[in-house]
Amino acid sequence: MAAKDHSMTSVAIDTAPEQVTRTGIRRRLQDALPKIVLAPSFAVTLFFVYGFIIWTGYLSFTNSKTFPSYALTGGRAYQRLWTWTFENDPPSSWYTSITNMGIFGLLYIGCCLALGLLLAILLDQKIRGEGFLRPLYLYPMALSLIVTGVAWKWILDPGLGLEQTFHQMGWTSFHFDWIKNKDFVIYTVVIAGVWQASGFVMAMFLAGLRGIDGEIMKAAQIDGASTWQVYRRIIIPLLRPVFLSALIVLAHMSIKSYDLVVALTSGGPGGSAWLPSNFMYEYTFRRNEMAVGSASAIIMLMAISAIIVPYLYSELREKKS
Amino acid sequence: MRKLMMTTAVATLIATGCISAFSQEVKEVEMLHWWTSGGEAAALNVLKTDLANEGFGWKDVPVAGGGGDAAMTALKAMVAAGTYPTASQMLGYSVLDYAAAGVMGDLTETAIKEGWDKSVPLALQQFSVYDGKWVAAPVNIHSVNWLWISKPVMEKIGGTEPKTFDDLIALLDKAKAAGVVPLALGGQDWQEATMFDSVVLSTGGPEFYKKAFNDLDEESLGSDTMNQSFDNLAKLISYVDPNFAGRDWNLATAMVIKDEALVQVMGDWAKGEFSAAKEAPDTDFLCYRFPGTDGSVIYNSDMFGMFNVPEDRKAAQIALATATLSPSFQSAFNVVKGSVPARTDVPDTDFDACGKKGMADLKAANDGGTLFGSLAQGYGAPPAIANAYKDVVTKFVHGQIKTSEEAVTELVKAINDAR
Repeated sequence: MAAKDHSMTSVAIDTAPEQVTRTGIRRRLQDALPKIVLAPSFAVTLFFVYGFIIWTGYLSFTNSKTFPSYALTGGRAYQRLWTWTFENDPPSSWYTSITNMGIFGLLYIGCCLALGLLLAILLDQKIRGEGFLRPLYLYPMALSLIVTGVAWKWILDPGLGLEQTFHQMGWTSFHFDWIKNKDFVIYTVVIAGVWQASGFVMAMFLAGLRGIDGEIMKAAQIDGASTWQVYRRIIIPLLRPVFLSALIVLAHMSIKSYDLVVALTSGGPGGSAWLPSNFMYEYTFRRNEMAVGSASAIIMLMAISAIIVPYLYSELREKKS
Repeated sequence: MRKLMMTTAVATLIATGCISAFSQEVKEVEMLHWWTSGGEAAALNVLKTDLANEGFGWKDVPVAGGGGDAAMTALKAMVAAGTYPTASQMLGYSVLDYAAAGVMGDLTETAIKEGWDKSVPLALQQFSVYDGKWVAAPVNIHSVNWLWISKPVMEKIGGTEPKTFDDLIALLDKAKAAGVVPLALGGQDWQEATMFDSVVLSTGGPEFYKKAFNDLDEESLGSDTMNQSFDNLAKLISYVDPNFAGRDWNLATAMVIKDEALVQVMGDWAKGEFSAAKEAPDTDFLCYRFPGTDGSVIYNSDMFGMFNVPEDRKAAQIALATATLSPSFQSAFNVVKGSVPARTDVPDTDFDACGKKGMADLKAANDGGTLFGSLAQGYGAPPAIANAYKDVVTKFVHGQIKTSEEAVTELVKAINDAR
């Protein structure tokens, strides 16, 4: 596209030699304009994102406590995290955080994808009232995680929400106290998280489904494929790019879910609902162990990169070929 | 035209900046704090009025969020940017941290003139004096080892003041038999650890508490007495309602206020909740020392850390510090806040029965050397260690740590790791 513009401008120069200088300045300005406009945000991103990543990495090798200190003292912070990684009885806070990350990440991404796809397929059946139903499912995404957390905290609290309501209705044997149970509290975070994000995933899948040519489905049906086979063998494989984008969005959302844990569980009984982001904040700001906090942040960054980098790599390679 | 306006605006900004920098004296204090709830804000207003009477303005920098985590983060940013507030509400070790970083002011002259060194308890001066210099003005002293008991429930079960730990267990049993929640507890780490402070003092006595939780003596931390303390904590935990995990402290207090629960073990800030609900000591609720801790006080304290502000702001800072520790303010403020004055020579006439007892206990503990910093509240050891301690206690309460033996081993390990 850019090359085409270029040739057209040069044609203009050839036909009107007296305007050479004016057009030349204009052209140069036109070329430079995107760069000028982008420069501030580029600089800001470079400094505030990548600059601070480097700074955090540096701090993780110092013995910074309340304030940053700049003398490098080696990898003691990483050593401590490493020993905590294997302390499972009683569980160290770091062990709890990373196992919770595993449970939460898998279930959150898995449930959101499954529910989102199911909702999208159901909505795609040309049903009446789709225009009403779609925003209904999408709406939770518009809420802040704090609101989601507080609302679900009340719903799940045995003394206030579901359990209490059922008891008042006469079902006194009903028992649901996951939010107060150290072994199950992380699953309540999954419930609230899935409730919030699955509508958004649904919207992504719905867009994907709408992009699939209806002729393919008809052709398959004429060939005698059942609806199940059509979806399993044709539609879902065609949705692969949507799966990838949804996965990336959900993966980074799950890694940075700090506010949901705080609002929903305030850390859970005995800190049993912590995620690595909670660990990082606790150690950096409340325990004045900035080095350990920074080290855990770097490990989180590496975990995210381990997911994002292969994705970017494969995307870019596809574009090239 | 637009350019002209911009230039004018910039010029004005620079000019006003210069004027304030070169003026003789700024008659204003800039105060960072997290006292934003009704009672606390009212208490702080007393100080505002006192300063206004002396002609000093008040620039409020409130950062809400109980416990002050958010405020401390804001303070860190302000100090990093070099724009110190005149003063900031601070707790224990953070005063010393900032003093070590060399950003605190020096109030020694005022302190000596006002006689703070004689009237402020020595235990507190460990935190308000750094390297021989006064860097903070203590506002109040909270004490942690209290029982808050609902009087109607107490009458219903026919209980009397528990004098020993076993008495307390017997009392809790009575409440359980009568069908009320015996112990109102909020299952958050700091509340559990605050209660454990009292349990340790009760189980091991003052000497032991000091050695273990103030001196961090490894032998005491790993001793049989500590083991016994965890056993006692486990006993207490068996009297909470099943829904206690994660509950806020004021909701636990509300259970006692509404006579749904017999007792809460909590610092004297709980009294503010009773007052707010129009309940009076001795008629609606009772305040006793945690059994076996009479004569000792586990304290924490709010302080106004004084920063090293430019010369033109020093006069306002001194006025603030003087007003903070003046006996009249100490009395007026602490009556509202529920705590006791940070100096021992303030008359107790305006205080209620619990406040009077608190002041008498504080004086006795100060004279007898049994005034100890609360480890749970960050006055026993630096935050890294205090939080390691809270981790162990909360994991024990919620079952990640299963036995007292394991808890003792973990406590020693966690504290050594955080040193």
